[in-house]
Amino acid sequence: MELTITLLLFFALVTTAVAIALLRNLFAVVMLSGVASLLAALLFIVMDAVDVAFTEAAVGAGISSVLMLSTIALTARHEKIPTRSSLVPLAIVSLTGMVLIYGTLDMPNFGSADAPVQTHVGPEYIQRTPKEIHVPNIVTGVLASYRGYDTLGEVTVVFTAGLGVILLLGGIGRRRRRGKGQS
Amino acid sequence: MEHHLILRVVTKILVGPILLYALYVQFHGDFGPGGGFQAGVIFAVAFILYGLVFSLRQLRELVPDRIVHQLVAIGLLLYAGTGIVTLFLGGNFLDYNVLSDVGYKGQHWGIITIELGVGITVFAVMLSIYYAFAGRPPQLDDKDW
Repeated sequence: MELTITLLLFFALVTTAVAIALLRNLFAVVMLSGVASLLAALLFIVMDAVDVAFTEAAVGAGISSVLMLSTIALTARHEKIPTRSSLVPLAIVSLTGMVLIYGTLDMPNFGSADAPVQTHVGPEYIQRTPKEIHVPNIVTGVLASYRGYDTLGEVTVVFTAGLGVILLLGGIGRRRRRGKGQS
Repeated sequence: MEHHLILRVVTKILVGPILLYALYVQFHGDFGPGGGFQAGVIFAVAFILYGLVFSLRQLRELVPDRIVHQLVAIGLLLYAGTGIVTLFLGGNFLDYNVLSDVGYKGQHWGIITIELGVGITVFAVMLSIYYAFAGRPPQLDDKDW
């Protein structure tokens, strides 16, 4: 049953990706990329990564679509028909894809007990979180407490990204200039 | 979007529950899936939905740019400040155990505080990015869509 669902989701994901590559209407492309994000979120749920699925659905399908739509509103609704042949890019993409698939051949099977992720620090977190932090969601325990430094760094990255957008596009300079003009 | 009556009514019904759900995800993050990052995004989505359906001008009156920009920094300061507080209480940076007499209660206080910091920063960054993009004069008419 689970295998059928996974295969179905992957098939839908690939179909969406092909449709995105073929479409020229950017509005439809943005909508389909939202669909792709939701499908990816469903796949994460099948893999029991609920926190990741949650983020994918909220950021990938929600915020990204809105931002892409805002960008389309500022630029154009249709992709220009490419004048050059797309054979070389296709070859590069196919080659990269094949190298990535070749890389997964060495990886342990999904959910196998002797995978490095199950034998390294994972068991220790699972044993220590209920005793030391008393929270049922181990992901939160790891992110907020054991890996508090990393999360602080991530928030700083979000902060810096926001700061960059505000400085470049936020219109602070414009507002100040207008303020000077009035006084 | 003045003429989309259904969108306006549905938005009015939806914004409240979305905000409530964001708060649930924020403060229930240590018991269920979720946390500050997801909650911040969902909280911002409620405001962005309001801005999309009503108007950016109305949203900006409700939540002025200045306040959003300040919140971007306040969230990060709350997070880093928690670390400084634990330093002053005699622990290591971000060692929440010193926040309470019972170790795990300190952990709970620390996690709730820093998750709130994460949520505030993510919410404010998402909203200010939306302001920055949507605030520019669009080249497309509403009808062109």
